[in-house]
Amino acid sequence: MIAVIDYGVGNLYSLKSSFDSIGAKITVTGDEKEIRKASKIVLPGVGAFKDAAFKLKECGLDKVIKEEANSGKPLLGICLGMQLLFEKSYEYGIHEGLALIPGSIKPMAGVIPPELKIPHIGWNALHFPKGKGKSPIFKYVNEGECVYFVHSYYAANCDDYIFATAEYGEEITAEVQNKNIFGCQFHPEKSGETGLKILKAFCELGDLL
Amino acid sequence: MITKRIIPCLDVKDGRVVKGVNFLGLSDVSSPVELGKYYSDNGADELVFYDITASAEGRKLFTDILCEVARTIFIPLTVGGGINTIEDFDRVLKCGADKVSVNSGAIKNPELVKEAAQKYGDQCVVLSCDIKRVDGAFRIFAKGGRENTGLEAIEWIKRCVGMGAGEIVVNSIDTDGVKKGFDIEMLRAVCDAVNVPVIASGGAGKTEDFITLFKTLPKVDAGLAASIFHFKEVEIPKLKEELSENGINVRK
Repeated sequence: MIAVIDYGVGNLYSLKSSFDSIGAKITVTGDEKEIRKASKIVLPGVGAFKDAAFKLKECGLDKVIKEEANSGKPLLGICLGMQLLFEKSYEYGIHEGLALIPGSIKPMAGVIPPELKIPHIGWNALHFPKGKGKSPIFKYVNEGECVYFVHSYYAANCDDYIFATAEYGEEITAEVQNKNIFGCQFHPEKSGETGLKILKAFCELGDLL
Repeated sequence: MITKRIIPCLDVKDGRVVKGVNFLGLSDVSSPVELGKYYSDNGADELVFYDITASAEGRKLFTDILCEVARTIFIPLTVGGGINTIEDFDRVLKCGADKVSVNSGAIKNPELVKEAAQKYGDQCVVLSCDIKRVDGAFRIFAKGGRENTGLEAIEWIKRCVGMGAGEIVVNSIDTDGVKKGFDIEMLRAVCDAVNVPVIASGGAGKTEDFITLFKTLPKVDAGLAASIFHFKEVEIPKLKEELSENGINVRK
C-alpha cells in the first residue's frame, strides 16, 4: 500500500486516478498510523511553500515523513512536494523544509532570461545529466520525453542529486534523488503515458505493486 | 525547450459533445470521455471542455462527466462555460480540472479573476476573450460573441493579467469559422501587451495556419481549434510532424 499524504494542500483527484489506472494500491491519508504502515509515501502539493510547510508541521506529519524516509522507505515528492524535501525555500521570505535533500528552493526570476514567461508552464523535454546513472523512477522513460511543468521556483545548489533537468533558458531541476528519496518538479499525473511510466517505476521499487 | 501546445476544444451540451463529430473507431463519437481519450492518445497536449449547457441538470451532468474524464485522461484539462463564482471554480477543480477558463463571468464581475487567482494561483485562471473589430478598435464581446461590451480588448486583458489571470485565450470573432488562418494582427497586439501564455483561437483551417502562427508570433504558446480536429481536416500527429519539420518545437 502506498500512502499519498493528504494534508489539505491541493487536489489529489488526478494523482489518485493515475495510480488507480496503473493498478497501484494507494490510500489518500493524513493518518500517522496509515503512513507508517505504508510501503511507500507520496508527498504531493501545490500552492505556496510557506503554507504547505506550516500545514505539514501543524498536523505533525513533518516528523513522520522524515523518520519514515530516513528508515529507507521510498518517498516521492511531487511539484511543491518535491520542493518541501529540501532544506529551505526563498519563496516570500525564508522557510524551512524537511531537509531530506541538501539544497534550497529559489525563484526562477533573475536566473532565466527575462523574456521567458514565469511560471514555467507546459510540456518540456527531460534531459539526463551525462556521467550519472538513470534514476530508477525513469526505468521506463527515455531522455527527451516530455513532461508537464507548472512552477515559478526551482531547486538550486543540489547538483549531486539532480538526475533530470529541463531547458528553460537554463537547465532547470526536473528530478532529484537522494537514495530512497525522489522528487519530481513536474506533474507525472498530468504527463500522459510518460508520467504514468514514472509512477509505475516508483511503485515497483523494492518489487511491490 | 518548452514545446508549443496543440489544444482541441470540446463543446459539451447535456453531457454530449456537440458539433457533429466524425471519428472512426469510436463506438460513441459524442461521448466526451471517449473523444477526450482519443485526443489524449493522439497527441493533444491539453484538452478544453466547454460547458454550453444552460440548465442546472445539464451542469450536474457536466461535472459528473468531467470527473470521469479526469479519471481516465492524464494530461492537463481546462474547463470553461458557466463559470461565474468561486464556487464554480471549486466545483470543476474538485473533479480534476487543472485550469478554469472565465469569460462572461469575469466581465460581469472582474473581482472573480482576482479572488480565484489568490485562492488557486495565477496558473489556474485562464481568461478567455471573444474579440471583434468595431470601427478599427478591438472590442470584447460577451454572451458567446453576441453582445458588444464596449470594453477595449487590450486594456481589458492587461487589467485581468494585473489581477492574476495566468493565461489568455484570444478568440477572434472576425476570423472564427472562416478557416483562413489565425488573426495574426490581433494576437500580436495581445502578445505585445502581456507576458503570460497566449493561446490562439479562431480561424485555423489547415496545417499551414499553425506553422504561420508559430513562425510569425513566437510568443504565442498554443493553438486551439475544434471542428478541424473533430472532422479530421487536420490530424494532430501529422500536424505536429509538420510543425517539427518547420523548426517548431512540439511534444511527440
